Amino acid sequence: MESFSFLEHFQIWLKAYLILSLFSFMYKDNKFYKLSEHVFAGLSAGYYVGLIWQTVIIQQLVNPMFDKGEWWLIFPGLLGLLMFARMIPKWSWISRTSLAFYMGSTAGIYLIQTLHGFILPQVLSTMVSLDPSNGFAATLLALIIVIGVISTLIYFYFSKEHTGFMGVTARVGIWFIMISFGAHFGYTVMGRISLLIGRVQFLVYDWGESIRQIF
Amino acid sequence: MRTTIPIIVAFLAGTLLIVSFFFHPETIWIGDAKEVILQWMTIVGGFALVLGVVSIVRVNARAVQRKSEGWFYKLMTVISVFAMAIPAMMPVTKESVGGSIFYSIFPDSWMGYLGTGSNSFYDWLFNYVDAPMMETMFAMLAFYIASAAYRAFRARNAEATLLLFTATLVMLWRVPMGEAFLRLFSDNLPGYINTYVMGGFNVAVQRGIIIGAALGAASMSLRIILGIERTYMGK
Repeated sequence: MESFSFLEHFQIWLKAYLILSLFSFMYKDNKFYKLSEHVFAGLSAGYYVGLIWQTVIIQQLVNPMFDKGEWWLIFPGLLGLLMFARMIPKWSWISRTSLAFYMGSTAGIYLIQTLHGFILPQVLSTMVSLDPSNGFAATLLALIIVIGVISTLIYFYFSKEHTGFMGVTARVGIWFIMISFGAHFGYTVMGRISLLIGRVQFLVYDWGESIRQIF
Repeated sequence: MRTTIPIIVAFLAGTLLIVSFFFHPETIWIGDAKEVILQWMTIVGGFALVLGVVSIVRVNARAVQRKSEGWFYKLMTVISVFAMAIPAMMPVTKESVGGSIFYSIFPDSWMGYLGTGSNSFYDWLFNYVDAPMMETMFAMLAFYIASAAYRAFRARNAEATLLLFTATLVMLWRVPMGEAFLRLFSDNLPGYINTYVMGGFNVAVQRGIIIGAALGAASMSLRIILGIERTYMGK
């Protein structure tokens, strides 16, 4: 492996310190972990400020207003600025208008998006053919999907007591849900393990190589 | 007035968006309203996010000022916010493009480090400090998920056994050694897990949950537009 530059050594040691300080929490809460945790929280918040500033405030508000003469964007800009009235208790009610605009438009999008983008396509995909002439495997898969969707929906339907037919279907729903959650759990565990392997590989190979080169 | 005006604004914004969905932007102006409101929403939402961060800074700065418990860590949070945000907010062009009020007053040699582009200080902090910590936090969950698994996987009843059995199957299927082990039983077993467990049971339940959650979101949206739901105003 080629030798690292000073900056590369610094980056590797910084990453190694952060990884080990966060892992140290598994032993017990300590100062190193706390410091890294607070830096992480601050950087994550700062990351979004930078992102929003460049992609929204500059690209969608300031530049169109001053470069393209889209003066009417002053209204959403003012609505956005009114949000900051929340910081003054006496004037905090002013921010409600901005919040209401945001909530109202989000609700409008959600209403269309959920009906058009989620409910209808998902219902449509569930209406599969149960014709046995499609073959055993396809029919079995179609049956699993139809029974699974209906029983899951009934399990989460609490407006009627789960007795009789509803009770039996809800029971089937629980089994389906358990299988799905088990599959999800297994998938998540393997994803996390894969990240852990990545961290350990970094410590062993990159940090190990840096230690070898320095000492 | 303090409540009525916001309710009217929410109603108009929501209704206009829904109505504009049914019209073509090229035939009638209302069809274009969707794009306009979406842009306005992004701008207002951007300010809301910045407000959230300003609030974090205020709360932590106050704790530092009062030297309350753990003030040093809170100071580090504030410093980190500024370290990440301020260089990213700096303009990266020397000229005032088209009359824009934001242009850089810094020397040319500094340009590469400002803004959010690749090789900027913002980018460096993200790649070498923020992202490794994010990955480590998620990697740490592997240990906690193991202890959670012990509690969840104890086969106390039929449902827990089903959960244990499926999770074990999927975990084995996801690693080459486990897949080889599964093939000892049947060469088709990994394929069956993929088709019937992931593509059958899992898809069916996810679909049920998505439909249920989407219906809930739609009804909540309707409540907000009609002014029935007012909790976001502190009511």
